Amino acid sequence: MSSAAAIESVETARTVKPGSRAWRRFCRHRLALFGIAAIVLMVLASVVGPWLIPFDQLKIDIRHRFAPPPWEGHLFGTDMLGRDLLVRLLMAGRISLSIGFLAMIVSTAFGTFIGVTAGYYGGAIRVALMRFVDAMLCFPSIFLLLILAAFIQPSVATITLIIAATSWMEVARVVEGQVRSLRERDFILAAEMIGAPGRYVMLRELLPNAIGPIVVAATLTVARAVLMEAYVSFLGYGIQAPMASWGNMLNNAQQYLGSAPWLAIFPGLMITLSVASFNFVGDGLRDALDARLDLR
Amino acid sequence: MSTGDIVLEVENLSVTFATESGPLQAVRDVSFTLRAGETLALVGESGSGKSVTSLAIMRLTPPAPLVTLAGSVLFTGADGERRDLLALDLDGMRAVRGNEISMIFQEPMTSLNPVHRIGDQIAEAITFHERVSNRVALARAAELLDKVGIPDARRRLSAYPHHLSGGMRQRVMIAMALACNPRVLIADEPTTALDVTVQAQILELMKELQQATGMAVIFVTHNLGVVAEVADRVMVMYAGAIVEKGGVVPVMTRPLMPYTQGLLHSVPRLDPESLGRDTLEAIPGSVPDPLSLPPGCSFAPRCRHVRPACEAAVPALEAADDGHDVRCRRWRKLAEAGA
Amino acid sequence: MSVEMAPAATAPEIPLVEVRELRQWFPVGGGLLRKHDMLRAVDDVSFTIAKGEVLGLVGESGSGKSTLGRAILRMTQPTGGQILFDGRDLTKLGRRALRPLRPRMQFIFQDPFASLNPRMTVRQIVGAPLVIQRPELNAAARDARIAEVLGTVGLSMQYAGRYPHEFSGGQRQRIGIARALILEPGFLVADEPVSALDVSIQAQIVNLLIEVRRKLGVAMLFISHDLAVVGHLCDRVAVMYLGRIVEIAPTRALFRQPRHPYTEALFSAVPVPDPTIRRDRIILRGDVPSPLKPPSGCAFRGRCRYALPECAAAIPLLRQVEGGHWKRCIRDDLVLGRPGKRGAVEEM
Ligand SMILES: Nc1ncnc2c1ncn2[C@@H]1O[C@H](COP(=O)(O)OP(=O)(O)OP(=O)(O)O)[C@@H](O)[C@H]1O
Ligand SMILES: Nc1ncnc2c1ncn2[C@@H]1O[C@H](COP(=O)(O)OP(=O)(O)OP(=O)(O)O)[C@@H](O)[C@H]1O
Ligand code: SF4
Ligand code: SF4
Ligand SMILES: [Mg+2]
Ligand SMILES: [Mg+2]
Repeated sequence: MSSAAAIESVETARTVKPGSRAWRRFCRHRLALFGIAAIVLMVLASVVGPWLIPFDQLKIDIRHRFAPPPWEGHLFGTDMLGRDLLVRLLMAGRISLSIGFLAMIVSTAFGTFIGVTAGYYGGAIRVALMRFVDAMLCFPSIFLLLILAAFIQPSVATITLIIAATSWMEVARVVEGQVRSLRERDFILAAEMIGAPGRYVMLRELLPNAIGPIVVAATLTVARAVLMEAYVSFLGYGIQAPMASWGNMLNNAQQYLGSAPWLAIFPGLMITLSVASFNFVGDGLRDALDARLDLR
Repeated sequence: MSTGDIVLEVENLSVTFATESGPLQAVRDVSFTLRAGETLALVGESGSGKSVTSLAIMRLTPPAPLVTLAGSVLFTGADGERRDLLALDLDGMRAVRGNEISMIFQEPMTSLNPVHRIGDQIAEAITFHERVSNRVALARAAELLDKVGIPDARRRLSAYPHHLSGGMRQRVMIAMALACNPRVLIADEPTTALDVTVQAQILELMKELQQATGMAVIFVTHNLGVVAEVADRVMVMYAGAIVEKGGVVPVMTRPLMPYTQGLLHSVPRLDPESLGRDTLEAIPGSVPDPLSLPPGCSFAPRCRHVRPACEAAVPALEAADDGHDVRCRRWRKLAEAGA
Repeated sequence: MSVEMAPAATAPEIPLVEVRELRQWFPVGGGLLRKHDMLRAVDDVSFTIAKGEVLGLVGESGSGKSTLGRAILRMTQPTGGQILFDGRDLTKLGRRALRPLRPRMQFIFQDPFASLNPRMTVRQIVGAPLVIQRPELNAAARDARIAEVLGTVGLSMQYAGRYPHEFSGGQRQRIGIARALILEPGFLVADEPVSALDVSIQAQIVNLLIEVRRKLGVAMLFISHDLAVVGHLCDRVAVMYLGRIVEIAPTRALFRQPRHPYTEALFSAVPVPDPTIRRDRIILRGDVPSPLKPPSGCAFRGRCRYALPECAAAIPLLRQVEGGHWKRCIRDDLVLGRPGKRGAVEEM
């Protein structure tokens, strides 16, 4: 092979990996970096924090009710039962963030499954599945959430599932669109031509090329789930006392808005901070993973 | 051969893009002249800088921080005045663009606006540069469509681009480019997207129009057959630089640069005598990455005549013959040995 | 429709592929109230390909070449007709039943950028057919085979861990060819495999295909709009116009003496890279007709300079005019031009 030998000598490999390029684009996104930092900080603080603070979250201390921050070691003050607000905030963070992440995992998995199936098979299967998605989207999800929550014993697991059940549609739509556009690409045809079964095409060929949009949608889903949990708990259908979540802390703080505003301000800030952070990261990822920028 | 007045003089044109991975010099020190009535073919493979050269002449490259232009493009207008297009301000450039120098692009579908009738689009190109009423402009548009061989031109004025076939759209593009009787027409691969039978029609049309109007044409292509068909002179580009330049007959029958020779040899011929299952004479390897060009001769990694000296410094563009320039350190030796 | 015999090479041996009156129609337009029209992208196409034979397919853009190639490999479900592959009718088989036959027929794509999965390494791309069709092979045996086939296409195992974006167009096309060859198919459909490549790279890939057929004896349907490349590579050539084959003949015969006016015009339109030859070209008048509203009778009628009133009467049959040379034109009195040296005039 005369031409072949020479090919070897002239290699035109470009050293820039698409991954590193995406990372560079992400880093240019200031808010997304801020978001990542805030999320890491919140997660770390929630996990480790309660051990470092010398107060128990359930320890009632009637003498020090409504202590304004900072008060004798109660950095964020105390609540109506004299419990340390900071430690409760961090414990609530464990609950709220776990629900956010777990709901994201469940809804992303389910939404991806529905989206890939609909996009790959097309035809009647697609029509049926996407009608279902549309129907679910039409239904006001908060409403659905409240109805479900009213009938089901609230716990972390059930709240997670309920939130997931109302948040997978966006992922499904995004994935379906992506898969449908990939479906007509030559490399998918090539896989069909080697006799690849549907499972292989979906898992090995389609899914890896849809990871970008899935990751973005998943990040935004966490934000949404945290917000939803807060909402449901705020209305009293979610996480129940004495367990703390940012939502039910807000709920409890309602009556004391005038006298002890910090009881509402801190959980409110945490919700805002986490939701905003996840949204920033989602936006940053969307820009960074935009596949069009990677093509040549 | 045509020997009109010089209308365009490009001197040491360089175009550098600022990219994520550093400065990319897409066009390197390109100089050439263009005379009225002649066709200069610009050949080279993908990424060799043909389009960027044309766009730079039209000042259609992205603005300053992204792109740096160097050198000069001296254009002699209908008024006989010589101006450096690279030094013109935007308004001055707009007056030249589309009026004295026009351009046709490769993909006629993307360069025509899909939501406007073709008559209006051509008329707009006229009213943009001349103070005439819309009615007059439309009448001129019909005339132009007729001139580029679109039957039933008056009725076609109200057609939308998607009503037309690829060949017809390219005719419309030509009609638009000719609307103001330009002195220079830059055609960037005007027939690459077309069938050979339609390509033959368009080439014929362009030749006729050129004879009628005496405009100069820069014809960008990578098809050597088309070059032989249309060109008076040829300029071969490789990795952003001119590697050979001269009259079409000397360059295509006695090429001096190993790259040009390789290109000509690698094209399979049509005649039944040369059919066979023999392998073609391919040029090994592929085009270098413009971000990391080899030192010295940029063709060296693929050249079968390469010597260590070739890799030491970039060879100069030498005059080999009257009006025949070549950028190869060894052209003299090779010509003696090969002849 | 007319029943026609399948034009075959003169040898009577059993063909590897036999296409009979194949049709691929697409419904287009249509809406709630309007019935859709049928776009006859491929209409009544018949031909055979013998073992190890390379059949070239040329024709105007939109004449149905890709549609035909894709239908033959059953990427689509044909509207009618038969595709006999080694005696079995592929049109009767479903996705699952086709799976065991897939290793024997493969496709080479035009676009070297779109046809490789950007998230897979060369090893994964080229090895995928083995993973799917030969699950019994272990990783070492698979790697050995990958190395072998990469060698055939002029790449080495050193590249196996890289991703497609790290390669040039020509190298990607080699990877695509390696994927098509790894299961040792007997039949390849190559849809314009060189037209997306640079001039200087095209010859490399044509050479590779010439070598592949010489070494491996693969039969091929080679789709191209470049007559010169087809002439170089193919044993026989079929010319398509508006969904039908208008001429099919052994390469030499076709290049010496085309028998259909469209083929003549096609040859005459090809620009030849020799500035000293000025040919008197046949410039076709008129536009390519729409496949939605083909003219009555001969589809080439509107552009044919030899057209007679009779040409409008009925679609001409594909008739054999010489051994293995078939044409779809009613006029036998024409002496059509030869390509290449036609009307050569020395300039200067
Ligand atoms: N906007 C841009 N930003 C960065 N680099 C660019 C840009 N436009 C062109 N280039 C680079 O400039 C070089 C020359 O490109 P150009 O389009 O002139 O090639 P060409 O000869 O016209 O090729 P083709 O035959 O593919 O049209 C290429 O390496 C290309 O990557
Ligand atoms: N899925 C489809 N639905 C409707 N029409 C189609 C479809 N696929 C192809 N066509 C039409 O069928 C005709 C033949 O197309 P095809 O792509 O086979 O042409 P081709 O000969 O390969 O052309 P080219 O040389 O441009 O590749 C065209 O008119 C095209 O628009
Ligand atoms: S300078 Fe050397 S390497 Fe370059 S083309 Fe000439 S002989 Fe080849
Ligand atoms: S049948 Fe008539 S119109 Fe058709 S190709 Fe023959 S002569 Fe021309
Ligand atoms: Mg270009
Ligand atoms: Mg095609």
